[in-house]
Amino acid sequence: MSPQNHQHAPLRLADEADAAAARDEAESGQHRFDEIIADDSRIEPRDWMPESYRKSLVRQVSQHAHSEIIGMQPEGNWISRAPSLKRKAILMAKVQDEAGHGLYLYSAAETLGTPREDMYDQLYSGKAKYSSIFNYPARTWADVGAIGWLVDGAAIVNQVPLCRASYGPYGRAMVRICKEESFHQRQGWEILYSLSHGTQEQREMAQAAVDRFYGPALQMFGPPDGDSPNSQQSMAWNIKRFTNDELRQRFVDMIVPQVEALGLTLPDPELKWNEERGHYDFAELDWDEFFAVIKGNGPLSRQRLEHYRSARDEGAWVREAAVAYANRASQEQDRDRAALIGA
Amino acid sequence: MSFASHDSATRQSQGEAITAEEIAASGATADEATARYALILGDDALMLSQRLGAWVSRAPELEEDVALANIALDLLGHARFLLTYAGTAWGKSEDDLAYFREEEEFRSCRLVEQENGDFGKTIARQLIFSFYQHELYSRLVNSTDATLAAIAAKAHKEVDYHQDHAAQWVLRLGLGTEESSRRMQSGLDSVWSYVEELFTDVEPIAELADVAVLPSALRESTLNRLHQVIEEAGLSVPDMSGAHGADRSGRHSEQRGFILAEMQVLARSHPGATW
Repeated sequence: MSPQNHQHAPLRLADEADAAAARDEAESGQHRFDEIIADDSRIEPRDWMPESYRKSLVRQVSQHAHSEIIGMQPEGNWISRAPSLKRKAILMAKVQDEAGHGLYLYSAAETLGTPREDMYDQLYSGKAKYSSIFNYPARTWADVGAIGWLVDGAAIVNQVPLCRASYGPYGRAMVRICKEESFHQRQGWEILYSLSHGTQEQREMAQAAVDRFYGPALQMFGPPDGDSPNSQQSMAWNIKRFTNDELRQRFVDMIVPQVEALGLTLPDPELKWNEERGHYDFAELDWDEFFAVIKGNGPLSRQRLEHYRSARDEGAWVREAAVAYANRASQEQDRDRAALIGA
Repeated sequence: MSFASHDSATRQSQGEAITAEEIAASGATADEATARYALILGDDALMLSQRLGAWVSRAPELEEDVALANIALDLLGHARFLLTYAGTAWGKSEDDLAYFREEEEFRSCRLVEQENGDFGKTIARQLIFSFYQHELYSRLVNSTDATLAAIAAKAHKEVDYHQDHAAQWVLRLGLGTEESSRRMQSGLDSVWSYVEELFTDVEPIAELADVAVLPSALRESTLNRLHQVIEEAGLSVPDMSGAHGADRSGRHSEQRGFILAEMQVLARSHPGATW
C-alpha cells in the first residue's frame, strides 16, 4: 500500500461521516421546511430548503426580474416623444421604477445563491424566459396607456398574492413592487382616459391600443391550468396561491367595469356576465400565438434581446473600469494599513 | 414665496416641495426679461434631460439606469418649473414652450445638446454641466425674484447629487483601466470646446442685476473645480479654445433640430389636443 492510500483511508471515513451528517441534516431540514410550509410561515435565506424549491424560485424570481428589465424597452422608447412634459416625467419615473424592481428581484434571487451575473448571462444568451407581452411593439402613445392599464394591471393581479409567497425575500420585494405597480396602472388608465375623452383621432388610437393589448395581457397569466406543469408544485410550496385561470378570471372581472368607465370596449364578442358563475365569460385565447411568442417568435423577440445585448456589450468597459478602480482602492487601503502597522 | 405648505406629488422629495402646477397657480408673473432668463436655464435642463432619457434601458449597469433616469427626471422637473414660470410672461404653458417653439427660439447651450456618445462622453458632459449648475444655483437662491430663488433652492440640492455622481464616475473611469481612461479623456476632448458658452453673458442677463446670476461670474470657480477633478482622475484638461458662436442662438448647432424633431413630433401632429 502506498503512502497515498494510507492518507486516503481516513479521508474516506470522514467523507462517509460527512455524508451521513448531511443526510441527517437534510432529514431534519426537510421536516422543518414542511412544518414552515404547513404553518404558512416563511422560509428565509439561511433556512434549509429542498433543492427543487430553490431552483424553482430562482427560475420564477429571475424570470420576473428579466421581465422588468426587458419591459423597460417598449415604454422607454416613448420617453423622448411623450406628448407633454408632465407625461414625460411620469413615464420616466415609471420606467425607472421598473429598473428598481429588477434590482429588488435580482437581489431576492441572489439570496438563493445565484449571482446576478449568472442571471444576466442567461438573459443575454436567450436561455432565460421573460413575460412574452414585452415582445409586442409599443407603436403609439396609446400603447403606453394600454401597457400601464392592462399589462401592469395584470401584473398586479398576479403579484398581490405573491406578497404572501413562502420565500421571505421574494414576498417582501413583492410588497414594495405592488405599491408602485398600482401607480403604474393608474397612470396608464389616466392616459387612456384622456385619449378616450379627447379628439376623434385620440379616441381611435386608444381603442386600437386596447384591441391589440387585451389578448396578450390575458395571456400574461400563463397557459390554461391543464397546460401549466409547474403550477401545482408551486402552489403546494405556497409560492403561488391561485391558478393561472383563477387569476385570469379575476383580471377580466376587474377590467370590464374599468373599460366601461373609459368609454372603450374590449375586443371579445363573447364577453358577457354569467349570473350563475358570478363572473364574466370570455372567449378562448389564441394559444398558438402565445406558444409561438414564448418560443421566441414574438414580433420583437429578437429586437428586445439585441437591445439588451448591445447595452451589455457597450457597457462592458465601464463595468471593468469600476472593478479595476474598486480593486485599486482596496489595495491602497491595504497598503495604508500595512504602513500603519509598520510604523 | 413658500411652496412648502402645499400637498403635492413632490412633497417627499429633497428640498423645497414645489411643482410646476403650483408655480402656475401661484399668481407670480415673470416680466419679459426674467422670462427670457428662465428660458435659458429651463431649455438647458430640458435638452439635457431629453438626452439622458435615451440612456434608460441602455446603461452599462442596472444601478446606472436608475441613476441616469433619476438625474434626467430632476432636470425635467427643473425645466418644468422654469418654463412654467417663463410662460407667465406671455400667457403660455410649459408645453406651449416645449413643444411649439421653433428651433431658433430655444436658448439651450450646445453642451447639453451634444449626442450621448459612449458613457465616457455622457459623463464628461454631465460633469461639466452639473458643476456649472451647482455654482449657478448656489447663487441663484439669493435672487430677488422669489420664484427663481425657490426653484434654485430645490434644484441646488438635487444638482449636489448630480455632480457627485459625475465626479465619482470621472475618477473611476480615469483611474480604472487603460481603455476607460482613454475613453474618458476622449469624452472630455469631445465636449470641451462648448464649455465657454456656459459662461457667456448673453442677453438679457446683464440687465437683470439682482434677479439673475451673471454667467461670467461662475467661470473661475467652476473651472477650478473641474480642473481639480480631472487632474485627480489622472486626465488632462483639454487645451482648446471655445467653439465659435457661443450665443445660445441655435444658429451654430446641428443637434437641436434632431432633438426637437423627436421630442415634438407627437404633440405637433395633434395640435390642440390634451394628453
